[in-house]
Amino acid sequence: MAEKSTWRNKVGLAEMLKGGVIMDVTTAEQAKIAEEAGAVAVMALERVPADIRAQGGVARMADPVKIKEIMAAVTIPVMAKCRIGHFAEAQVLEALGVDFVDESEVLTPADEQYHVDKHRFKVPFVCGCRNLGEALRRIGEAAAMIRTKGEAGSGNVVEAVRHMRLVQSHIRRLTTLRSDELMAAAKELDAPYEIVCEVAQAGKLPVPNFAAGGIATPADASLLMQLGAEAVFVGSGIFKSNDPSARARAIVEATTYYDKPEVVARVSEGIGEAMAGLDVAKLDEKELLQTRGW
Amino acid sequence: MAFGVLAIQGDVREHLEALRRAGVEAQAVRTPAEVAAAHGLVIPGGESTTIGKLVARFGLMEPIRGLVREGRPLMGTCAGMILMAKTIRAAANDQPALGVMDIAVERNAFGRQVDSFEADLEVKGIEGGPVRAVFIRAPVMSAVDNGVDVLATHEGRIVAARQGNMLALAFHPELTEDSRLHDYFVKMG
Repeated sequence: MAEKSTWRNKVGLAEMLKGGVIMDVTTAEQAKIAEEAGAVAVMALERVPADIRAQGGVARMADPVKIKEIMAAVTIPVMAKCRIGHFAEAQVLEALGVDFVDESEVLTPADEQYHVDKHRFKVPFVCGCRNLGEALRRIGEAAAMIRTKGEAGSGNVVEAVRHMRLVQSHIRRLTTLRSDELMAAAKELDAPYEIVCEVAQAGKLPVPNFAAGGIATPADASLLMQLGAEAVFVGSGIFKSNDPSARARAIVEATTYYDKPEVVARVSEGIGEAMAGLDVAKLDEKELLQTRGW
Repeated sequence: MAFGVLAIQGDVREHLEALRRAGVEAQAVRTPAEVAAAHGLVIPGGESTTIGKLVARFGLMEPIRGLVREGRPLMGTCAGMILMAKTIRAAANDQPALGVMDIAVERNAFGRQVDSFEADLEVKGIEGGPVRAVFIRAPVMSAVDNGVDVLATHEGRIVAARQGNMLALAFHPELTEDSRLHDYFVKMG
């Protein structure tokens, strides 16, 4: 019997993206540049996070026309963002045929209490997290891929590093616990007990764990991969730099050869200036995107 | 000598685990020297455009073609199968490929991700009942030359084939616990 959109199909697509770079794009031309550079997927959106941050206003799902143009321009998977809790935007994205939906804190949340019930969709979802408990709550809602939130549009990798380290150190701690300690751990993490047990046993999340939020250089990508990320998302970092094509290609190569510093050094040469970036510590609490969602 | 899994990008770990379940040593390979030293090679699932570009940029085309010429076994799943093909239909512009197997492939032949599926598949040479095959944005072989042995079809479309010591699969045996296709592959060499 053939069966469509199984859990294995959803997580499987996430597995296929491992070791790669997913790039934010706002036009078909940018999507082609990303594909040509070697991106494993593109994220179609109306404005990159740095512009959302600068321009303010409500950030929503991208215009379907734009998403369709991007889907027509490339053969690699196309992802798109919906607002946290906005299951109608997610339904629209599924109807458009996007390959992955990012329920993203980069857009203005539509619901402050509930995230999308991702079990009800055929399209797989990726969700952001700042720690293990948040990751496991999203997996409990059927996210097929987890990424760190980092601080999108900042060009500053510090928050992605913080979130990746926290997730990894919590996973390592779980693997040291006795089985009769796991319910208390689940309570502490505010996470589903069954998934906590699964992580404690496997020593990893049951879905791929990617890095996002502030990655701007090949060395940033290498850093996150060495901290345990299985792939990286680059948002504003490429198309807010002064030579997107060269930078995109360099970040792709640095992600594959993340543990070979001589390759990371070579590909980092002559790729122009990175985006300017922000000191996250100086941002007002209200300006942070990572605190959206729970 | 260990089997290699080409570790440019994709589900490398799943193939390493499946090969080990099939009883052979396996390691990730990413440099020309590592490919040249492998007893056999798996090109995993992933994005064929990405893997192809990096294979070309990092000088891996010739080492992989050399491995085929010497008759060492080569298996490609999904993206790997696309890279092995002589002809790629619906390819991205100037998509680099190995072109080692006499097959024509069509990318994303079943549609986009929402059309991805699992199905039971009878595979020639695999005993003990059908294989549960996981298809993800999967390609098919739209044509094969003489000398290519078709091992399985789904809805009349070719999804598994062998030519000499090369095995091309449109689906992902590495995503299930069933290691019979990896057993078959390691015995080819």
